[in-house]
Amino acid sequence: MNLNQLFSQIEQADPEIHDRLDTRRSAMRQFANLGKKLAATAIPVALGAMFKKAYGQAPAGLLEVLNFALTLEYLEAEFYTTALAKTGLIPAGAALGAIQTISTHETQHVAFLRTAITGAGATPVAKPKFDFSGGSGSGTGPFANVFNSYELFLAVAQTLEDTGVRAYKGQAPNLLRTGDVLTAALRIHSVEARHASQIRQMRRAANFSTTIKPWITLNNTEINPDNAVIQAVYNGENNPTQAGLDLRAYRALDNAAVTFVTATEAFDEPLTRAEVLAIAGPFIAR
Amino acid sequence: MNLFSSNKTAGSPSEEGLPRAMHRRNFLRFAGASAAATTLLVVAACNKDDDMTTPGGSTGTSVNLGTGDIGILNYAYALEQLEAAFYIQVIQTQYTGITAAETAMLTDIRDHEVAHREFFKAALGTMAIAGLTPDFTSINFTNRASVLGAAKAFEDLGVSAYNGAGKLIKDATYLTLAGKIVSVEARHAAYIRNLISSGSFANSEVIDANGLEIHKDPAAVLAIAGKFVKNTIDFSGLPK
Repeated sequence: MNLNQLFSQIEQADPEIHDRLDTRRSAMRQFANLGKKLAATAIPVALGAMFKKAYGQAPAGLLEVLNFALTLEYLEAEFYTTALAKTGLIPAGAALGAIQTISTHETQHVAFLRTAITGAGATPVAKPKFDFSGGSGSGTGPFANVFNSYELFLAVAQTLEDTGVRAYKGQAPNLLRTGDVLTAALRIHSVEARHASQIRQMRRAANFSTTIKPWITLNNTEINPDNAVIQAVYNGENNPTQAGLDLRAYRALDNAAVTFVTATEAFDEPLTRAEVLAIAGPFIAR
Repeated sequence: MNLFSSNKTAGSPSEEGLPRAMHRRNFLRFAGASAAATTLLVVAACNKDDDMTTPGGSTGTSVNLGTGDIGILNYAYALEQLEAAFYIQVIQTQYTGITAAETAMLTDIRDHEVAHREFFKAALGTMAIAGLTPDFTSINFTNRASVLGAAKAFEDLGVSAYNGAGKLIKDATYLTLAGKIVSVEARHAAYIRNLISSGSFANSEVIDANGLEIHKDPAAVLAIAGKFVKNTIDFSGLPK
């Protein structure tokens, strides 16, 4: 007997309990039904309209999350656009095709978030001036050669994608019970994870790391040489414990324990907004 | 110890404390409305073994996922059981022409899915559904295209399922857990897709014109996943 079980029973007895206790929920639910009838391209506008209907105006917290996400998408989108404009940086063929695919998605994410924020009656945050050398505007940071070296370009791409995955994951709880707003964020989150997997596969194929996998092992960067900026992207990924359960305590196959490596690979970890901004900071000109 | 009896410490107060506090406040308001009704609910909650609609309750080969967040976690547990069983078979009876690199990566994926399965089983504790009986008769495990085609279907389906279920979750801790798993499934999906066709890691089959990945509700997911399970999965209690 515990509270969660009891809540579950109450909800079973009275499925509308949350609606009656929280009138915003009913606006959300109406929107969810509406969303099923809308074409994909209309969704960002409708998201904004839902904010207005549910709250009168979009709540500051939600807009903060969306503008935070938009800032990261600006960063990724401009990173790939700049790289693609640099003739000869990315080998023609499969590699170029993959980066073009990823670039297209990041540009679409920028447009999607801007439309959603505008639809909510707010103004999207302006695109910062970026410094992809990681020099906070000096242009002479540790990645100054990023658009001249394919190896360095893929290394920075990996850190941006893995950061993106961790950033959206960290914001999900702030979007709890926001219905299709949360769904949209999750649908971007998994695309970033596919990108991260792809970049990691490309780095392995190019022999830039002989041990890297599509998933994150322990808190390994798989980037050599790495530095504090890169390591910060992976700090905390070597976590074998989920919801208080140490996965290594469980028997898996042939009665063998789940290994530390498997435990860390099987779960990606979130980053807080402050942690993400600390990582992204050097890429933004001051 | 399981998720439902442990004191959760994950998440910052601003991320978790407020929703949880609101939840509790709402509960108390509801409980105060009718003492008699509350008593009945408590009895119902404490006598789950007699209740055929509680998770794990089964008649023959039918499995009931349950309700609320527990139902969603059981839904995820069901999918992870399926994926784990599939990859265990893939490694046991490896397809013709498999490379050392493929064996290594597919073994990793198997181990991840087994870890996911074991996690949900332990976290759900007594609320967990029974072990499902997979039906992989439609898959030819000696044939690369058949195995990778099924792997792609399972991984894409898994991602779309978590993407669709997120908004049905009420507890921030469970939402974060789902998020921690879904991105690993997406990493798998991108890898498997490239094995089948280089560059198909995130093509228009799974990503729409806004750059958003597809999402599916439990009914749509189980209509597909159900073909690979001998049990009937009753998801009628899941939130909508």
